[in-house]
Amino acid sequence: MQTSIPNPNEPSTPAEAMSRRAWRPRLSARFETRFSPYAFVAPFFLLFFAFGLFPLVYTAWVSLHSVTLQNTEDMTWVGLDNYSRLLHDPLFWNALGNTFTIGVLSTVPQLLMALGLAHVLNYRLRGRTFFRVAMLMPYATSLAAATIVFAELYGRDYGLINWGLGIFGVHHISWETGNWTSQIAISTIVTWRWTGYNALIYLAAMQAVPEDLYEAAAIDGASRWQQFLKVTIPSLRPTILFTVVVSTIGATQLFGEPLLFGGVSGHRGGSDHQYQTLGVLLYDQGWFNFQLGRAAATAWTMFLIIVVAVAVNAFLAARGWNWWHPRERRAARA
Amino acid sequence: MSTARRKPHRLFRPLTLVATIAAVVAAAGCGSSSDSGGGGGSASNEKVTLTVGLFGTFGYKEAGLYDEYMKLHPNITIKESSVEQEQEYYQALQTHLAAGSGLDDIQGIEVGRIAEVVQTESDKFVNLNDMGAGGLKSTFFPWKWQAATTSGGATIGLGTDTGPLAICYRTDLFKKAGLPTDPEQVGQQWSTWQGYLDVGKQYMQNAPAKTAFMDSASGMYNAIIGQSPTQYYDQSGNPIYETNPAVKDAWNLAMQAISANETAALKQFDPAWNEGFANGAFATIACPAWMIGYIKGQAGDSGSGKWDVARIPGDGGNWGGSYLAIPAASPHQQQAYDLIKWLTAPAQQVEMWTKAQHFPSSSTASAEPAVEDATDPYFSNAPLGQVFKTSADNLPVVTLGPKDGLIKDTFSNGILLVEQQGQSPQTAWDKTMADIKSAIE
Repeated sequence: MQTSIPNPNEPSTPAEAMSRRAWRPRLSARFETRFSPYAFVAPFFLLFFAFGLFPLVYTAWVSLHSVTLQNTEDMTWVGLDNYSRLLHDPLFWNALGNTFTIGVLSTVPQLLMALGLAHVLNYRLRGRTFFRVAMLMPYATSLAAATIVFAELYGRDYGLINWGLGIFGVHHISWETGNWTSQIAISTIVTWRWTGYNALIYLAAMQAVPEDLYEAAAIDGASRWQQFLKVTIPSLRPTILFTVVVSTIGATQLFGEPLLFGGVSGHRGGSDHQYQTLGVLLYDQGWFNFQLGRAAATAWTMFLIIVVAVAVNAFLAARGWNWWHPRERRAARA
Repeated sequence: MSTARRKPHRLFRPLTLVATIAAVVAAAGCGSSSDSGGGGGSASNEKVTLTVGLFGTFGYKEAGLYDEYMKLHPNITIKESSVEQEQEYYQALQTHLAAGSGLDDIQGIEVGRIAEVVQTESDKFVNLNDMGAGGLKSTFFPWKWQAATTSGGATIGLGTDTGPLAICYRTDLFKKAGLPTDPEQVGQQWSTWQGYLDVGKQYMQNAPAKTAFMDSASGMYNAIIGQSPTQYYDQSGNPIYETNPAVKDAWNLAMQAISANETAALKQFDPAWNEGFANGAFATIACPAWMIGYIKGQAGDSGSGKWDVARIPGDGGNWGGSYLAIPAASPHQQQAYDLIKWLTAPAQQVEMWTKAQHFPSSSTASAEPAVEDATDPYFSNAPLGQVFKTSADNLPVVTLGPKDGLIKDTFSNGILLVEQQGQSPQTAWDKTMADIKSAIE
């Protein structure tokens, strides 16, 4: 590919430079070389401007106005009022806390389990293909269907989970109404759906780890567990960073699971807002209270939170790693 | 570089397999979405497909009214789509109205929303008086007509039904708890709401296992509110939900029901509540007329003959009821008007009552003997007509406000804080006030 594109920095032959007829093709060749890459990437950026950047900027514009869903043309400029109102709204801080706790409750076990699963699936197993496909099935399931089934499983009076717990003498946990129980229930839905997906990503990365690293470790007398800790995990570092970032973004935007889990009171995240995430708060403001300006302010605040969270992740991944492995750091210094 | 690999790369195969499965699942998931065909114009023999967007159970299709109409008008095809939850339906309707697209030719509007639509969106609906609806005014209950009419005199919806109140109860559970089962006797015991709570206390003393006296405190609360002429707004349109003594009284009675453990602590319209009907989790439920059909649907054939109907404590009251309106964006306004005029005409309202227990919003219809004579074997041949007619005759003229629906939902939710989560009534009240304020201000 690369060789077929003429390099504009290449000195042109004297014959070409003197010929006026050659001038035109040369210009068009230079033009092509300079601008054709932009043409190739243009479809993506045009779509991105239309469906990514424009909504982002327009949402910022809307967030500075008081505007209702019923009458979107009638916008009143209110400056930063929507933001100051949001920061003084206990519901916002509640939703932020819930988003964080549900995020931790779902992301941490999810990634740890994915790592373990990937490690196991990396061995020669009977029916390995079946397990690998089965693992990804939750990801292919519709979110709504899965959540509604889980809501039934966690039912207070006739739910399967309470029935199972009843055998062990634990009675009638009202999963949906409790603060922690509801958040745990929602986290299990998220974990169930995404563990296989992450495991598959880890598995792909594990298969790219050079075999001789393991051989060398084995010769040095490292056990399987030590090999996993000292060879597999460090080799997976960029992949782990990727999954952590993606999961963090996903957790911050968590919406469908709490909304559908709550049934009638899903839009408020439970009757006491006990599992109202930022996404659900936004939806409640915009589509139940019809206050689009406030919803837009919440959306932008969420966006900023995600940017900060990802930056913190990246920083920790870069710095924290050395802190976590002091020996490597010492080696790097020496 | 090592060439000997312990683990062969076989990741690709499962991936393609999964992709194939996903594609098949996705393709199967995409149902066929039908579009209403046909252009504008109002030639009477032109083929026209009318779309009707509703929520809950209006019951026109089930009662065969569409088929009847299509037989009378062979050029009309009616397509109904219904959303189970009114909240979700109304939210989608608002989005469609704002965008000016995605609207059906006919849209249902619940009574809790009618004031908001009349006050803020009347320009997005057809003024039915322009189509000649003015002559129908005298056939409807005056308050029902008035609530759908703007201060400028535009009427944007025709009333379908109303929700006069009664109490539905399970005679088999009453018998097991040692209570009288005769509706006359039962009704006398609960001539007041305090009396209703007292019967509840007796019931709970000998209650059959895994049953409670009532389904939810919020059901009782909404019935009590439905008996008050002033609810969440005063006549000049100011919100008074925080200070209205009628609201506070209803709230306090609900709190009493909870503290006496008389409720099954279910959330109305939640799946668990629906299961409660089938499993016999509660012995009584506040019963607007439309609840009759709901009970039959949820409790199923096994509940037949086990239910009965008695008068509502305090008599009178209305909970729910709806309107049919035509969005201005509809290309078939004349045909749509002809259809809603027919559906809400007295003869059809009587039919809807006798077939599907939707109580008429037409005063002409409710005066028909067939309405008062109605009974139902599912409800132990209770005189449904008499009970609901009495309630309808005692209907207060209610002052409605734009955010009635939202405030009602938030109060119902606030009661759950005490009922399901064990918070103190004062905390729950404060939170409810804060929630409403944050939503409407």
